[in-house]
Amino acid sequence: MGKKVLLIEDEPNIIEAVSFILSRDGWDVKTHSNGHDAMEAVRLREPDLIILDVMLPGKSGFDILAEIRVDADFAATPVLMLTARGQTKDREMAERAGASQYMTKPFSNADVLAAVRDLVGA
Amino acid sequence: MAILNVLILVCVLYVVLLFVVAFGADRAAAQGRGSWLASPLVYTLSLSIYCTAWTFYGAVGFAARSGLEFVTIYLGPTLVMIGWWWTLRRLVRVGRSQRITSIADLISSRYGKSNLLAVLVTVLAVIGTTPYIALQLQSVTLSFAAFAETDLAATTLPDMQSTALWVAMGLALFTILFGTRNLDANERHHGVVMAIAMEAVVKLCALLAVGVFVVWGLADGIAGTLDRIEASEIARFEVSSARWVGLTMLSGAAFLCLPRMFQVMVVENENEDHLRTAVWAFPAYLMLMSLFVIPIAAVGLDMMPEGANPDLFVLTLPLMDGRDGLAILSFLGGFSSATSMVIVAAIALSTMVSNHVVMPIWLHFSGGAAMVSGDVRNVALLARRLSIAGVVFLGYLYFRLSGGGTALAAIGLIAFVGVAQFLPALMGGLFWRGATKTGALLGLSLGAAVWLYCLFLPSFGPSLILPQSVFDHGLWGLTWLRPYALFGAEGMDPVVHAVMWSMLINTSVFVAGSLLSFPQPLERLQGAQFVNVFDHSGTPGGWTGGMAQSEDLLIMSQRIMGAREAQALFAAAAQRQGVAGYLPEPSPDFLQELERVLSGSVGAATAHAMISQIVGGAAVSVEDLMAVADETAQIMEYSSQLEAKSQELARTARQLREANEKLTQISVQKDGFLSQISHELRTPMTSIRAFSEILRDTGDLSAQEQSKYASIIHDEAVRLTRLLDDLLDLSVLENGQVVLNTQTGRLDDLLDRAERAAGVQGGALRVVRDRLAEDVELTSDLDRLAQVFINLIANARKYCDGQPPVLTIRPTITDGQLVLDFSDNGSGIPAKQQAVIFEKFSRIGETKAGGAGLGLAICREIMARLGGSVSYLPGQKGAAFRVSLPLEMRLAAQ
Amino acid sequence: MNPERGPVFLARRTYRRRRLADGARLLPVLGGVLFCVPLLWKGGARALGTAEAMFYVFGLWAVLVAISGVISRHLRASDIEEDLTDGEEG
Repeated sequence: MGKKVLLIEDEPNIIEAVSFILSRDGWDVKTHSNGHDAMEAVRLREPDLIILDVMLPGKSGFDILAEIRVDADFAATPVLMLTARGQTKDREMAERAGASQYMTKPFSNADVLAAVRDLVGA
Repeated sequence: MAILNVLILVCVLYVVLLFVVAFGADRAAAQGRGSWLASPLVYTLSLSIYCTAWTFYGAVGFAARSGLEFVTIYLGPTLVMIGWWWTLRRLVRVGRSQRITSIADLISSRYGKSNLLAVLVTVLAVIGTTPYIALQLQSVTLSFAAFAETDLAATTLPDMQSTALWVAMGLALFTILFGTRNLDANERHHGVVMAIAMEAVVKLCALLAVGVFVVWGLADGIAGTLDRIEASEIARFEVSSARWVGLTMLSGAAFLCLPRMFQVMVVENENEDHLRTAVWAFPAYLMLMSLFVIPIAAVGLDMMPEGANPDLFVLTLPLMDGRDGLAILSFLGGFSSATSMVIVAAIALSTMVSNHVVMPIWLHFSGGAAMVSGDVRNVALLARRLSIAGVVFLGYLYFRLSGGGTALAAIGLIAFVGVAQFLPALMGGLFWRGATKTGALLGLSLGAAVWLYCLFLPSFGPSLILPQSVFDHGLWGLTWLRPYALFGAEGMDPVVHAVMWSMLINTSVFVAGSLLSFPQPLERLQGAQFVNVFDHSGTPGGWTGGMAQSEDLLIMSQRIMGAREAQALFAAAAQRQGVAGYLPEPSPDFLQELERVLSGSVGAATAHAMISQIVGGAAVSVEDLMAVADETAQIMEYSSQLEAKSQELARTARQLREANEKLTQISVQKDGFLSQISHELRTPMTSIRAFSEILRDTGDLSAQEQSKYASIIHDEAVRLTRLLDDLLDLSVLENGQVVLNTQTGRLDDLLDRAERAAGVQGGALRVVRDRLAEDVELTSDLDRLAQVFINLIANARKYCDGQPPVLTIRPTITDGQLVLDFSDNGSGIPAKQQAVIFEKFSRIGETKAGGAGLGLAICREIMARLGGSVSYLPGQKGAAFRVSLPLEMRLAAQ
Repeated sequence: MNPERGPVFLARRTYRRRRLADGARLLPVLGGVLFCVPLLWKGGARALGTAEAMFYVFGLWAVLVAISGVISRHLRASDIEEDLTDGEEG
């Protein structure tokens, strides 16, 4: 497929795991690890899919999502949100902010792959 | 030149001895061995600076000219001393309870902390004292010259002015060295007082020795002396009643008002009880000083050649008889009298000048900001040192300009009349609640004006300052304005004339002005406190409000009092109020206490201005004013209690609000804790799950990849364990189930270990340590303690945003208690957060740099187990934590 | 031993102290007046000698010092006021 995924996440080990899984599935994975300039990274990479962590240094994932949705170029780009906080409150917040899908850590690798394929295929 | 050289040598040795005594006394006091320094005897002897060189040499001269009249100068102080129950007792109590630094401070403090009044008193005191200092310098040079004249080998007289200059410089140096060691005027100048007490003994012994020599050596015993008195020109008791009564009253008034007397009597007073000894011992001292004056005068008039200066009989009689040793002792007596007066006068005046003139000007120009950012303490010390040099130099200048002539000899009484002008304002302030600032200002200025016009300016002689025509026909040709015959009062003695008119006008204007004007709230408040100083009922609060920023007050106080004293004061106040930490509620009681402590350093008016600048708003409310109004005292007492209660309620409400805020914050944190703990647990689990699935599901992994992913899983598992350990640790500590492992070790080793473990090496953070102070053995659970240190250092490494980041670790030891301050140069912790940083799971901001926010909570629990504490130290530049613990942990505590 | 004796004793002591304080107040007035006595003598027929006046003044001085010493020994500046007020009430 060769589609581009941008992974915005600050835990190096999780970055490595997700990159590994997606690369093996044929995705072109780019990563970014902090909140401040996440939006610049989005504009630079022009990804087909964004995987976004909620707790990032500098800026919260929800804020970044809001910025993405405001930008006309990326308003329709699918965004998969990852969070380590398992409360329903967070899920609602993510949906309201316009997340395409929401996953709670820890996740199974198969679920991630399925979700990613699902989001881009759709 | 033989004897002159011996004299110079003795003189130098004597000065060295003075320095040694002062230095020794200061050392002893600093090491806490100085209880003997604070004896009533030393206090009594220090009062002897009343007897200056004017007494030592001048009393005999006075007696040779007008007989027994000289004794009035000592009868006045005697009556004041034995009348201590009236005034001195009250004066000393007020001085101590209000932390008064000088007579100007006392008067200013009583009349609403008015600096204008303080400046007026200061100026008058400087005008009155400068010639007096000149007189002391003159006495030293004259006595020096007397030696030179009898010294046959001497071909030329020594240069009088250079002698005076040397003496002046030496005295200024001594005073600066021992008089400005500390800023707080209420801390005693042990060195100075001890040196003065020694000088008191020297001058008494010298005068008694000369007296004994004259009576039994020159005049064949008591009978022979009485014969000589009978034969002399002072045989008859021909004293004018007006002068006898007037001079007695004048000397009594001056005894209370002279800045130097006020300094030793009130400011340097260590213990009110010392007064009880001084009230009989000091009159006895005065009596002994006066005992041989008439015999010496009579014998001197008989034996010395016509025209010999009677002011120097004490010196010239032994010299004439060839008793060089006695003459040198006598010289030393005069020298002591002169030096002790100059030293104390310079300290007293410099305190006044720096507190009431220099500091207000400096504060005005540097603005309020200087209190917080500038170094007030150093400025105040510098101002005081410069003032000392200035005062002594002014005395020297006056001596040069006046030429050291006879005009100077008369200046003693003239200065007395000048300072006596303080008396109405002083006594009115102590005894009469109705006395007001307006009255005091008017009375003091008019009295001073009359004194200047009728006595001080004419003392320079006709046509020097006042032209002859003014003496003959009065100012502007108005005959009722002649300086020596004001309002037509002709034929009076000039001194009595000036005392009468100046005191009459001063007192009546003071009373009239007080009756007609209305005092400001603060004046009434202070008036009540001064007049009712012996009533121990609660004083009405001077400060209202509570909007004051305790932290700003702490910062300001640290600048003035020094960091440690200020922190101790604030911590004690906080403890009394039941508040944890270093910042007490700015309650009226606390503000009043703080103001008093500060006024000990910078004077009442300045301290008041400083606090009101920070607290803002009016210091005294209408309600407070009503509470001090005596007419409705009964009702108002009740209403002021209500007022106090309602303020108390307001404060309690605020404390409750704060507690509630804290609870809400903690509840929010607990809420956050769930998601926090969830996050902290899920993050490592994510990696573990992902990589274990990769290992399980991916067939073609290289051996390298396999081992890498396995070690990631391992690391994350360790991370999970650590988090669980921390949680468990905290829970164990909180429940008090911890077992302490007490060891003995050295602080520096412990800190080295902590520094290594905190990962400082190779990082940006620089740790500044004081190896010398760390040379301490302590017995405690060293591993637990190290855990606390590691946490604090690691926090600084993670959060300090200074450029470059620096952490300073400063240990101090007091009373078997080790206090360690960890302070960095970052931006610190905002006041809102300071209250919760020791709570569990609290982290500054949303950063992920740290662990789970358990570190400080664990530290707090550990320190509590070790019998110590860790707290946030506000008011420093960056973030600062204070760890304190006993050097020897008591095992029983567990 | 008798419990009722205590207050009587205290009252006596307070009373004495109060009279001492009165003495302390009067002493300077008395001294001031007595020091002026020589002024009255000089108007007499025989002029007063300095030596005689000197003996009088110094003698009086010594007596005042002694009395003041005795009074101040029994009178404390710091706590006396409370003692006196207590006595007033009791």
